[in-house]
Amino acid sequence: MGEEQATESVGRNGVGSLGVAAELAGEAALARIQKPEPVEGRGPVVRQRDDGKHVPGEPGVWIFILGDMSIFAVLFGVYIVGRGDAPALFESQQQLLNQNFGALNTILLLVSSLLVYSGVNAIRKQDLRAPLLFIAAIVCGLGFVVVKYFEYSQKIDHGLTPALNDFWMYYFVLTGLHLFHLLLGLGVLTLITLNARRAKPGSTRFALIEGGACFWHMVDFLWIILFPLLYLVGE
Amino acid sequence: MDLIARDRTLIAWAVLISATALSWWLGTDHGFDDPRIAAVAVLFVGFFKVRLVGLYFMELRLSPPVLRALFEGWCLVVCGAVVTLYLVL
Repeated sequence: MGEEQATESVGRNGVGSLGVAAELAGEAALARIQKPEPVEGRGPVVRQRDDGKHVPGEPGVWIFILGDMSIFAVLFGVYIVGRGDAPALFESQQQLLNQNFGALNTILLLVSSLLVYSGVNAIRKQDLRAPLLFIAAIVCGLGFVVVKYFEYSQKIDHGLTPALNDFWMYYFVLTGLHLFHLLLGLGVLTLITLNARRAKPGSTRFALIEGGACFWHMVDFLWIILFPLLYLVGE
Repeated sequence: MDLIARDRTLIAWAVLISATALSWWLGTDHGFDDPRIAAVAVLFVGFFKVRLVGLYFMELRLSPPVLRALFEGWCLVVCGAVVTLYLVL
């Protein structure tokens, strides 16, 4: 659906004709005449592939996202192995976590992801209210940080620090690394908010927004695994 | 509220919220007598949710098959590895 809209708007700019319609009609000459020159590097970039599939964002963003996913995959494995070394300790320490904090943060991130997805769609429709959606997503992200702040301070007040034992070391390293990504994501969402109104579908600016949105969704789904792994997986 | 996308992604989102409630319930001593079975169920639900986020929010269901396969492969391999390590160790 997304690509259809993108193609449509690109078509309005007169570029879509060069790839699809003109070639189908066999009017190659006409296409050559109509081929627009990119204006100061801000011309629409046609990202349509032959099969109509579309890479969300810049391909480079995906190298970064897949790299991050690999690092977290290893960390999930390391945690499970560490847990296997001392299941009784992990089981007893895990009881001290407040699962409601973790569940609340999952909900906050899921709401933020829906807002970001809707924001990207609003830009596709050139809806000027798009920045509002990204601001609302940032508020959800800040809510996550506030919940984490209360959670961390509660734990540290009770003497549950990374130095105490392996469980708390893993807990603070994994959630801390995730929090770092989330803060990066909040910076990305801020940039998206500032650029949302100027982004035309199919432009490089829009591709960067799509890529940034995907980064935020990654922050969301990494928490979707960290929450059960740290808070729920028992025995 | 007309700004919120009303398409299949909204349905996926509703499933994600429900699955979160289910995980929370399963993981807090309900549902299964054996905590190990509950743990495996919670992990399966988690990776299923990751796949939904990828396919709908990241729009990988509309992306080139290679990218989609890399993502779904990640879900499958990491889920398999984590569950296997959990059960074996």
